[in-house]
Amino acid sequence: MQIKVTINDKLVTWDVEKDEFLADTLRSHGFLSVKKACETSCCGLCTVWVDDKSVLSCSILSLRVHGKKITTIEGVPKEAEEFARILTAEGAEQCGFCSPGFIMNVLAMKNELVNPSENEIIHYLTGNLCRCTGYMGQLRAVKTYLGVVEG
Amino acid sequence: MFTLVDLVQPDNLAEAYQILSDKRNNTILGGCAFLKMGSKRIGTAIDLTNLNLSYIREQAGFIEIGAMTSLREIETHTQLREYFNGVLPKSVHNIIGVQFRNGVTVGASVYSKYGFSDLITALLALDTEVELYKGGRMLLVDFLNKPHEKDILVKVWVKKNNRKAAYLNLRKSASDYAVINVAVSKLDDQWTIVVGARPSKAAIAVRASAALSKGKLSVEEIEGAAQRAAEELSFGTNARGTSEYRKALCQVLVKRGIMEVLHANQSDN
Repeated sequence: MQIKVTINDKLVTWDVEKDEFLADTLRSHGFLSVKKACETSCCGLCTVWVDDKSVLSCSILSLRVHGKKITTIEGVPKEAEEFARILTAEGAEQCGFCSPGFIMNVLAMKNELVNPSENEIIHYLTGNLCRCTGYMGQLRAVKTYLGVVEG
Repeated sequence: MFTLVDLVQPDNLAEAYQILSDKRNNTILGGCAFLKMGSKRIGTAIDLTNLNLSYIREQAGFIEIGAMTSLREIETHTQLREYFNGVLPKSVHNIIGVQFRNGVTVGASVYSKYGFSDLITALLALDTEVELYKGGRMLLVDFLNKPHEKDILVKVWVKKNNRKAAYLNLRKSASDYAVINVAVSKLDDQWTIVVGARPSKAAIAVRASAALSKGKLSVEEIEGAAQRAAEELSFGTNARGTSEYRKALCQVLVKRGIMEVLHANQSDN
């Protein structure tokens, strides 16, 4: 079957299987930033935006995004680089496998929440697991990126 | 991982129900997050995306929640944060992560009668009805207790009233499934105590609720109701906890829930 989607501002038509998930479709078309890991919908590595909302691409059937706007980290290079530099400066990049999904959710949070508290940041990013950093470096980086002032 | 032979996106409920009824292994798709963890062999998967069932509407006397509404929409809905002390948004607040809650749907959570469901526990403490395409409108408690029949959950109706409510749970880590969850509510002098993730599906502690409704709400009576709830309901053992552990937790959380509702009531008076 065919789907038409806008991927990173480009309209494309893709052939997909009926039981194909979006993460597989994206990877098969070269969007290799989209990682697969847990297979239980809980790690956040496959995070992309569908119509500007962050979702788990490993759990969405590709047919269901027909007509929608998909954004991967390749579609937001400027914002991603800006945050990635801060992440690196805080020593929070480590192996980097979770970084694309994590960055997509951080950018989604920036678009959605106004002046989030530390607890709100932690809660928003709960669905992004990282097995290297212990999260403190990531939290420092996010707070720096968002300009959170310690109260 | 599930497999499917075909996937259709019907334009109306009658067509969706017809396809659902055509074959035993035809299945309605929700968010697919839980479905993908199983190995179900689906004939025709029915996607309700085109039926405009994603909404939260305020009607006279009721809040209507469409079956395809995401848990994230429940969590962030301004009015739902106000009604019933925000018990519905609170109940879904810690389910995995934002991305997950953007995908999973109210309809699938409720229709599947998942034992671990946080949402069902909170809904059951309110005056909730479900509307099924074929089965019509019925109380959520009746729906949960009736045998499984193939149908399509169209929407959930929550009666708007002055009910005060509290939702509590215990999780081993912030985004894990609840070891146990509890919702307590009060309308006038009538209390409702609900316990879920036992790990079987949520149930009302009928005798404990009735006893509490008749009492004077002394500390002893509250503790007695919490103990009665733990004794009248059954608990099971799974990877997250033993039945004994859940029973002990039930007593503590029910007491805390009652106290929270009393506090909310006093704050309003």
